[in-house]
Amino acid sequence: MTGNARRLRLKTWICVAVVVCSNAFGDFFMKRGMPADSQLGTPLEYIGALFQPWVAAGVALLILWQMSRMALLSWADLSYVLPVTSIGYVVVALLGKVMLNEQITARRWAGIALIMAGVALVSGGTPQTGRPVPDAAEVSR
Amino acid sequence: MKWLLIAIMVGSTTAGEVLQAMGMRRHGEIHDFRPGAIGRALALMARNRFVIGSMACMAASFFAFMKLLASADLSFAVPVSAVSYVLETVLAKYFLKERVNWLRWTGASLVVCGVALVSL
Repeated sequence: MTGNARRLRLKTWICVAVVVCSNAFGDFFMKRGMPADSQLGTPLEYIGALFQPWVAAGVALLILWQMSRMALLSWADLSYVLPVTSIGYVVVALLGKVMLNEQITARRWAGIALIMAGVALVSGGTPQTGRPVPDAAEVSR
Repeated sequence: MKWLLIAIMVGSTTAGEVLQAMGMRRHGEIHDFRPGAIGRALALMARNRFVIGSMACMAASFFAFMKLLASADLSFAVPVSAVSYVLETVLAKYFLKERVNWLRWTGASLVVCGVALVSL
């Protein structure tokens, strides 16, 4: 049972890492590629923006993000996935500072610290509660 | 206009993520990460109406986010979307019937406070 729990936790953390990185870099590439002064009025302009190289790379990463998130949600609770994957906000803020020269004020650093505390609290717990007991196929694994 | 986009984004994100969690719970745990097995799982999901509904909501949220990015800082646009955390945790408890223990409530509250600080 403990082996099973450890296996589940390792699998969860690997999947969380993929979810967080694909989301943060996907958002960052989108922002980097988005034409700065465009208005995005007509549907055609949205489609056109999708073919900017950075935006296209961002979209590819966001597709990976959705797929890894669905895999994670297939075994983990939404109320676990939400706080734990929020570490991505910290990654995005740091990316904004390093790559786009956006400012991180003292207040933002405080916010980042709070987010990290929340992530640490929840990620130590078990990813699934209130599920039916695993079926025989899983137990024999 | 900015706040309308944010409202669209938060509403459709919340609906989409809750539907996604419902659909994936119905699908069951994914054990096999080999390409063939992932392909079969994707084929099953494509017929899962909760997953289809969640994709439609996510697409709406994505285009609202794209439009927002054209006019706002990334470090404003991303954190403000975290309002959906509160809504989704409440829905997880009452709608998905998850057992949200005190650790998760505390963690989610800390995250929401942190996100508010980051975005203000």
